[in-house]
Amino acid sequence: MNLLAYRDRDVFKQLFQQIEPDLIRIREKVGRKLRFMEVCGTHSVAFSKSGVRDLMSPYVELISGPGCPVCVTDQSDIDQMIAFASLQDVIVATFGDMMKVPGSHSNLEREKSNGADVRIVKSAYQAIDIAKQHPSRKLVFLGVGFETTAPGVALSLKKAREDKLKNYYVYSAHKLTPPALDTLLMDSTHQLDGFVLPGHVSVIIGRKGWVHLEQLNVPAVIGGFDAIDLLIAIGILAKQLEQTKRSVLNLYPRVVQEEGNLTAQRILAECFTNSPTKWRGFGVLDQSGLLIHSDYADYDAASRVITDKPVSKEIRGCRCGEIVKGKEAPIDCKLFAKVCTPTNPLGPCMVSSEGTCSTYYQYERVHDTVLLR
Amino acid sequence: MERIVLSHGDGGQLTQDLIQDVFQTLLQDHVLQEQDDAAILPADSRYLAVSTDSFIIQPIEFPGGNIGKLAVAGTVNDLAVSGSKPTYLTAGFILEEGLEISVLKRIVRSMAQTALQAGVRIIAGDTKVVERGNCGGMLINTAGIGFLEEPGRIHARNIQPGDRVVINGGIAEHAVAILAERAGLELSSSLCSDCRPLNILIEQLMERYRSIRFMRDPTRGGVATTLKEIASSTGFNIVLEEERIPIKPEVQGALEMMGMDPMYLANEGKVLLIVSEEESPHLVNYLRSIQDNEMAAEIGIVQKGSGRLLLRTAIGGTRELGMLTGAPLPRIC
Amino acid sequence: MCLSVPTKVIEVFVNDQQARVDYLGARFIVGVALLECVQPGQYVLVHAGEAIQILDEEKALDGLALWKEMLGEA
Repeated sequence: MNLLAYRDRDVFKQLFQQIEPDLIRIREKVGRKLRFMEVCGTHSVAFSKSGVRDLMSPYVELISGPGCPVCVTDQSDIDQMIAFASLQDVIVATFGDMMKVPGSHSNLEREKSNGADVRIVKSAYQAIDIAKQHPSRKLVFLGVGFETTAPGVALSLKKAREDKLKNYYVYSAHKLTPPALDTLLMDSTHQLDGFVLPGHVSVIIGRKGWVHLEQLNVPAVIGGFDAIDLLIAIGILAKQLEQTKRSVLNLYPRVVQEEGNLTAQRILAECFTNSPTKWRGFGVLDQSGLLIHSDYADYDAASRVITDKPVSKEIRGCRCGEIVKGKEAPIDCKLFAKVCTPTNPLGPCMVSSEGTCSTYYQYERVHDTVLLR
Repeated sequence: MERIVLSHGDGGQLTQDLIQDVFQTLLQDHVLQEQDDAAILPADSRYLAVSTDSFIIQPIEFPGGNIGKLAVAGTVNDLAVSGSKPTYLTAGFILEEGLEISVLKRIVRSMAQTALQAGVRIIAGDTKVVERGNCGGMLINTAGIGFLEEPGRIHARNIQPGDRVVINGGIAEHAVAILAERAGLELSSSLCSDCRPLNILIEQLMERYRSIRFMRDPTRGGVATTLKEIASSTGFNIVLEEERIPIKPEVQGALEMMGMDPMYLANEGKVLLIVSEEESPHLVNYLRSIQDNEMAAEIGIVQKGSGRLLLRTAIGGTRELGMLTGAPLPRIC
Repeated sequence: MCLSVPTKVIEVFVNDQQARVDYLGARFIVGVALLECVQPGQYVLVHAGEAIQILDEEKALDGLALWKEMLGEA
């Protein structure tokens, strides 16, 4: 199997030539650039890195959605994570993405430089290994990520129980993607023409996890992450705008199945329960978070590792909630480029280097574009 | 004695013994033997290039090298890319209490070999010892002196629009060799750090290709950071072609799995050369005929602009490469 | 949030629920507990140290087939 088939430059060029006339035509018809949301942070990065974002820019404006765990981890969660790190007998293990996410007064990277024991791991299992190496200290693993990442963390809870670990804990800030999208769609005045649904979340939850969107008849496709996947996703979304009836199309069938990964779903249900959760920029969303199941309460950092209750500072004025619906642009936010910048980000749209505000900040002064074609 | 103890740093008998047994024996230099407070050396020309660097890498031994080899090659390369002939090196060691002397010997031996390979002499040194837990085994500082006849021959102000950017081989190999152990990557035997002195190569290139305007070794921060700095300081744009940037498939695979960007990761055996449009293809062909430089390629072009570094992707889109903000972190997102 | 890589399975360690996988020549050990049954020679998608799905080689080109279909409708 050619693992790089969907990056083939010549096939891409061929497909782009096929779709470009349609994009031009549909843009004319609609009277403005098409606005598609890429829900997933990894898609945001993929669109930028591949150059597809740039290639599409005459026809399509891509808006980064709430599906980026780095971006949407609330300040109160970060403050709690920092509180764990400040305990002498605690080692905090985390994915690298979390190091610079802003809390009310600090971030994990700064805390580490101040002496906190914060270690970057590439998997929850690696955190288990660290816990075993330091039996006299508590290891708190920061569970961040959506349905793609949570099953691996669930496996670590099972392993901790199997190996009878007494010092392994998980702080779950895991979130579910469909509730975020549903909440967004409940605002019928949103200005989005279609959605690129997260391909790897869909590996876990299946196309069935999105099929309810068909009731709203919005253009929505499950997309992959290589250049050709991205092009196909945009092209087909554009075509769907011209259709009256839309289905949720699975454009990533090589890994996304109708039912998803049932084993992973079972393990999630065993180790987590759905609950309302606070999202940075969006407030509390129902049924959108994963709390550690009562059966695994012994490993729940939230109840087993006691810290002082951190005091969180509200960031007033953040307009990410509206920006993400396409209703406002970054410049409509009073904090944009003044208080909220890529080196000092406040809301999700700026926290990720691929968020809408961050991309706007970097590219907006840059579209006296050097034409290289 | 098998391990370094604090007394090795006292300046007394133990220190003398360590210096004799390890440094003098392995580095073998008559000026160094004299152990004067300062080395008195002949100058080969009127102009000196001077450079210093401290090496704190962990782990201190890695596939393809160690902190000592890196300390010699790193400073030699800094001198070479400024257009000078590296000649003398100093080496200051900070050793951790508990370091195995056999490891120290291995590393110093490697420094002697690298210095010989580069044709430089280590003529002054220093050793201190710190308490256990303070420096990951050892830290090394090297300072180097190179001589040059034509100051200003290699300088950023020589760069012009139309010039090409050439690199002598695949990127990010050193970074992968270092990260491999931590990341659980099983490196094939063909993959290791590219750490090596480049001065002999660079001297040859400078002789053959008069239009080499500027050179830099893309170490910390990688190719992207190095070129961004050049773009910013000259005010020109540099536009790279993604497909032309050489990278070994295994390195690319490893970094994708770790969620890291090869453009921002360290190289220790690579040089970026900015050369005229006319000489660029000849320079590339010549490099490719030399062992370890077979993947040399022209990767970009200098254009009038505003100090931006741009990348044209395989599928023809463009994106901007910015300055690295903090250490590159592995992503899952 | 879901950076994942398609890899080839080289060897399976059933007792540990792990496998050695290869991507462009780089090799790692990953967990396979989220998959019912994995065989050497298959391809799996890996995220944060865990294999989350087996690649369906037959379906690999379906995305392009759908594209042709939709463009044909114009």
